[in-house]
Amino acid sequence: MGEKMSRKPYVREVPKYSWFFRRPRYMRYMAREVTCIFIGAYTLLLLVGVMRLSQGQAEYEAFLAALRSPVSVVFHLLALGFSVYNTATWFNVTPKALPVQIGEEFLPGGVITGAHYLGWAVLSLAVLLMAGVF
Amino acid sequence: MSERVYQLEVLRYHPETDSEPHFQRYSVSCEEEWVVLDALNRIKETIDPTLSYRWSCHMAVCGSCGMMINGEPMLACKSFLRDYQGVIRVEPLAHFPIERDLVTVIDDFMDKFKRVKPYLIPKHEKPVSEGEYLQSPAQLKKFKQYTMCINCMLCYAACPEYGLIPKFLGPAAISMAHRYNQDSRDGGRDERQEEIATTEGVWECSFVGACSEVCPEHVDPASALQQVKIKSTVDWYKEHLMPWVKK
Ligand code: FES
Repeated sequence: MGEKMSRKPYVREVPKYSWFFRRPRYMRYMAREVTCIFIGAYTLLLLVGVMRLSQGQAEYEAFLAALRSPVSVVFHLLALGFSVYNTATWFNVTPKALPVQIGEEFLPGGVITGAHYLGWAVLSLAVLLMAGVF
Repeated sequence: MSERVYQLEVLRYHPETDSEPHFQRYSVSCEEEWVVLDALNRIKETIDPTLSYRWSCHMAVCGSCGMMINGEPMLACKSFLRDYQGVIRVEPLAHFPIERDLVTVIDDFMDKFKRVKPYLIPKHEKPVSEGEYLQSPAQLKKFKQYTMCINCMLCYAACPEYGLIPKFLGPAAISMAHRYNQDSRDGGRDERQEEIATTEGVWECSFVGACSEVCPEHVDPASALQQVKIKSTVDWYKEHLMPWVKK
């Protein structure tokens, strides 16, 4: 008793560049964010392809040849893996953003996520069909 | 019932004497089915009466015993000692200034909470004689989960955006705004949008999802924030591309 109360709130700073190492869930978030770089890089590659196509047949064929190089194959595998990861992490949280209420009940999250995967599969098939894979 | 000695490492801070917080280790005998809050009470009663922390209900209802337990935002009254191995580290809720020991300064949250007008703003004010504002079970279900929030602020302690950008309105406040916006009896959405459909509001959220993972009442604040983003985006398109359509 008798001790004087005083206020001197202590602020703990959050480390600006290393906070995500603190918890595994922050690392998972960062993994999702970082994988989008590969999607961006692949989009750029596609644009380069379109540009080469507009420059003529020889340029386009050189571009296609370059795509077959080992470096390019490794890049494509990486980009595919990371894109699938990025897409899956987003699809899995779609029920949060897009709940569907029918009558009183909400559709189970699996249905909403599943619809996204289905749409993805259908679009991918359409693209592969147009590319003459089948 | 059997007792066992547990080790707790508690972050202490006395503004009168300390320039910064430090850990203090306590060995305390507790019953095995106790929660961390019981251990803190036993310490306060038998070892160190100067230890300060907040609590009230001891049943995960009042939301006042939020603290970091082994680095995770938790309700101390819902965290069982038997679920921890070794020394249990207890710190005040992250991202809030420390007032004393485990007591944090929560004024920032209280201000933000007020800003979103977390109460019913009826579409049409009517006298009591005209009866209740009716609501169907389906209309209630639309927002019910968001009414479960106990304002414990664990979501703020989990949210890295709030930690980095303290201006961010944060998960609980925006979820509460969403709760009223989704209420069929409410007509206050435009007023709340002024606060939440802003950079400091929902657009500061990058959907880490940590808020929902730590929420002790399964409110799922992250879902509320993503829904607010979608609705605000739709608002924007309506306003700019279809100005003749009424919101
Ligand atoms: S004491 Fe009320 S929530 Fe823990």
